[in-house]
Amino acid sequence: MKIRISYVITLAFIALFTYFYRQDGAIATSVVYTAIQFALPLALAAMVGVMCERTGIVNIGIEGTMLLSAFTAFFVGAILKDTIKGLIAGVLTGVIVGLLLALMAVSWKMDQIIAGVIINILAAGLTSFLYRQNYSIPSTLSPIDLPIIGTWPIIGPILSFHGPITYFGIVFIIGLWIALYRTPWGLRSRAVGEHPSSADTAGVSVTKLRYLNVTIAGAIGGLAGAYLSLEAVGIFERGFTAGKGFTALAIMIFGRWNPMGAFAAALFFGLAQAVTNQLMIDEVVKIPPQFINMLPYVLTIIILALSAGKVRPPAAEGIPYEKEKT
Amino acid sequence: MAETKVRRIDLGPFFVPILSIIVALAVGGAMIAIQKINPLLAYKVLFTTAFGSVDGIATTLAKATPLILSGLAVAICLRAGLFNIGAQGQLIAGALASAWAGYSFVGLPRLIHIPLALLFGAFFGALVALIAGALKAFRGVHEVITTIMLNSIVISLAEYLASTPFKEPDQPLTRTPKIEDSARIPDLLGLPFGFFIAVAVSIFLWWLMRNTTTGFRIETIGRNKNAGWYAGISIKRVIILSMLVGGAIAGVAGAIETLSIVGRFEPAFNAGLGFDGITVALLGRANPLGVIPAAILIGGMRASGSTVQFEAGVAPEIVDLLLALILFFVTAPLLARLFKKRHDGVSLTSGWGN
Repeated sequence: MKIRISYVITLAFIALFTYFYRQDGAIATSVVYTAIQFALPLALAAMVGVMCERTGIVNIGIEGTMLLSAFTAFFVGAILKDTIKGLIAGVLTGVIVGLLLALMAVSWKMDQIIAGVIINILAAGLTSFLYRQNYSIPSTLSPIDLPIIGTWPIIGPILSFHGPITYFGIVFIIGLWIALYRTPWGLRSRAVGEHPSSADTAGVSVTKLRYLNVTIAGAIGGLAGAYLSLEAVGIFERGFTAGKGFTALAIMIFGRWNPMGAFAAALFFGLAQAVTNQLMIDEVVKIPPQFINMLPYVLTIIILALSAGKVRPPAAEGIPYEKEKT
Repeated sequence: MAETKVRRIDLGPFFVPILSIIVALAVGGAMIAIQKINPLLAYKVLFTTAFGSVDGIATTLAKATPLILSGLAVAICLRAGLFNIGAQGQLIAGALASAWAGYSFVGLPRLIHIPLALLFGAFFGALVALIAGALKAFRGVHEVITTIMLNSIVISLAEYLASTPFKEPDQPLTRTPKIEDSARIPDLLGLPFGFFIAVAVSIFLWWLMRNTTTGFRIETIGRNKNAGWYAGISIKRVIILSMLVGGAIAGVAGAIETLSIVGRFEPAFNAGLGFDGITVALLGRANPLGVIPAAILIGGMRASGSTVQFEAGVAPEIVDLLLALILFFVTAPLLARLFKKRHDGVSLTSGWGN
């Protein structure tokens, strides 16, 4: 049934796109291009959730990870006058936050929801205390003009000329999808998320794998943060991530904890926002800007309300693993 | 609290929060020192402003009032095993609704107008919380996500309402008209009357949790959902009830802020009061009475944030950082373990599906 829905959505999208492309090709492709830009940070952040939850760790600290990484990426980039160094700093920040979450959730066996909330509040406190005005990065990460594909009609203007993090992100998502279902690492990760004691019996170190995955996920969260401040806009403000880390969780659930599913869900979100933006620019509809801001949050709640109960999260999610004592 | 046979005096509940505060201040001091400012000076200014004079204490208690209530809104839900991060949204809904009631009804006597406006606040706060409660109870959607989403939705909605339909006419700011004098909550003995309301609500909830069946039901579901269900307690009813109570209290917090401090609804005010409620609740160990000293401490820090900037040159956001650190250390089990062998925290994680 799920497959049919995704077929229907895809077909409807192609039909609508064809219709609008015939009306005005440039606008139709630019809307889809923008949709990818809106979708990418959400998709990457959702991967953080997928990686953590598939090994049994609930991560609601994605928002904080992104905020802190966007912050360090921007200010390291601005102070050293080197955007690439900023990018590295952002990813490293993500790694550190990932390790912190792993420490709290795996080693200290803390309540994972509280651990995530702490990360979010710490990130908000640190970034707003250390924030300074009048800094700027030398340049945003420059978009790449794809060879060959870039010249194709329709697909060229949609897929070409995105930034490096976007391309890396898309490759990463596909890679994660393959790795999760087709490699020993993926099988072990999923086993640890579903039934850690069986995985342990089979010789998989639950603690090590959880640490590893949460830390890699942290790096990806850092990348998502760096995308926002270095690639998408090139600025940083207090409260910059604006709930994207939470929307990502809804996207993860909507995508059924599957990387490709989550990517599709993120594209749907991005498209909804891009279309609304275009309607605003064209003044087809007059909606107060506050309602536009609300849109992703309302969509998140609706999606959760519709999909919760129908989808099944990894079984061992949220439960600290205690090795049986003999 | 699980009854142990040998009752010892358990110092953990007092020492852990106090030690957390000290450690947080030490780490925060290091952050201040990095900026080449003497942290002792900053802290001296912070605490003498907040607690060093009668005026200072009055301001502190005024700041503490909404924090006691938003802390209670989080604490009562924590007791039921729910993490209500939505106190902020519920508080804003209450603040706006009470402002509307405050300026729309003209010519009412004080004794009717003030309770009516408070009731408006409580009702709309509860309404916002009900969305999250119902989604949790009937659809199994995790309340942490829905309450965070509702915060953003309510903030946008309130901004829209204050900038368009409820806007004060003929001036550029996004805010509602001033409330009628008959809706203004007066001071009592030089202290804001709202403070007494907040303390009364704390005591009432403490009594409710300790001495009533309702309190027992909430407590049981919070400690062990399955055991509660087996004993015939409706989990759904407890979830919805505690969210309603929490939302109503947060709504009253916003209403008191509107009716005694701000005098109208203005989006820039009220910011962060609900989020501080999380820190207050956890610092007060989800105990309705423990919330009061926690709120007074945090209220004092909030009250003196700008003085610290003026006199010691530290950005006022230092308070945000200190609160985040306090929250981190108060919940980090390392500290707790120093004083308590048995882990006795509130456990909330149960995945997204139930």
